[in-house]
Amino acid sequence: MVGIVIVSHSQKLAEGVVEISKMMANAPLAAAGGLEDGSLGTSYEKICAAIEAVYSADGVIILMDMGSAVMTTEMVLEDLDKPNVKMIDCPLVEGAVLAAVESAGGKSLAEISERVEETLTAKKF
Amino acid sequence: MDNKKILAIIAAIAKKIEAEKDFLTELDNEIGDGDHGINLARGFKSVEEKLPTFADKDIGAILKGVGTQLVSTVGGASGPLYGTAFMKAGNVCKGKMELTDAEFVAALDAAINGIKMRGKAVEGEKTMLDSLCPAYKALKEDIDGGKNLIDALSDGVDAAAKGVEYTKTIIATKGRASYLKERSIGHQDPGATSSLFMLQTVLDVLREA
Repeated sequence: MVGIVIVSHSQKLAEGVVEISKMMANAPLAAAGGLEDGSLGTSYEKICAAIEAVYSADGVIILMDMGSAVMTTEMVLEDLDKPNVKMIDCPLVEGAVLAAVESAGGKSLAEISERVEETLTAKKF
Repeated sequence: MDNKKILAIIAAIAKKIEAEKDFLTELDNEIGDGDHGINLARGFKSVEEKLPTFADKDIGAILKGVGTQLVSTVGGASGPLYGTAFMKAGNVCKGKMELTDAEFVAALDAAINGIKMRGKAVEGEKTMLDSLCPAYKALKEDIDGGKNLIDALSDGVDAAAKGVEYTKTIIATKGRASYLKERSIGHQDPGATSSLFMLQTVLDVLREA
């Protein structure tokens, strides 16, 4: 199964998104929220550790909130240099839930990426 | 400018950022998420603690080490931005124990391009680039025109200060301040301000010698 990493400035938010997604599907999810001491911010190390926690040959997708979450993830990926670890631009909650469902359904990294990117234009009502 | 001077500059920047921590955070409270000073001070404090391990390293390795440390400790957008800047400057200075004035200018250019790349930003968006880019332009013109580094950098710092003033007049279109739209007018940009402090500190250290 494709691993899913949620990067957020807030530890609670990242864990919350993982919690909601797990409710839907039993996919390998990991939260990388907040700094080491639990305060607000994004941590390079936490992102690395989260990727490692859910990594397999199937790959990992990373979903982020904003700003430094995006830039720090970018730097982690540049250093990691693994083609099967990918960041995706999407609404965090909708994207994470969909990714979890698709991953648990055995979809590939490319298939999940494409589906999750579609949530960028999805409407709630 | 040798590696000892670079270490002295980094140590002085760490002190300056610590001293201006509350001011930078106050600026960020107005238009951002209120963490710029705290985050940068945390990052540079950890850089300061690492400095002894950089003592005999070449300038490229020192700058790269500073960048890596900032990325892993700052926690906000200024971490990847300044982190990338120092790392890119480090690439240009690889293996060098001393920099000519032209090499210093090239390192600043690489740093600024790193920030543009990482932040997907350009001048005029109310960011650190609005003080760094005018500073670079003034510095480069002066050095190309034959001025010495201290005089050239002094013009650069003046240009950066004008850039900070300019950020008060424009709407933020990048970063957290962009959510405020026209309400960001009237406030100076915290990132442009911290960049000015860094350039000012480089100049101060060079003048001491």
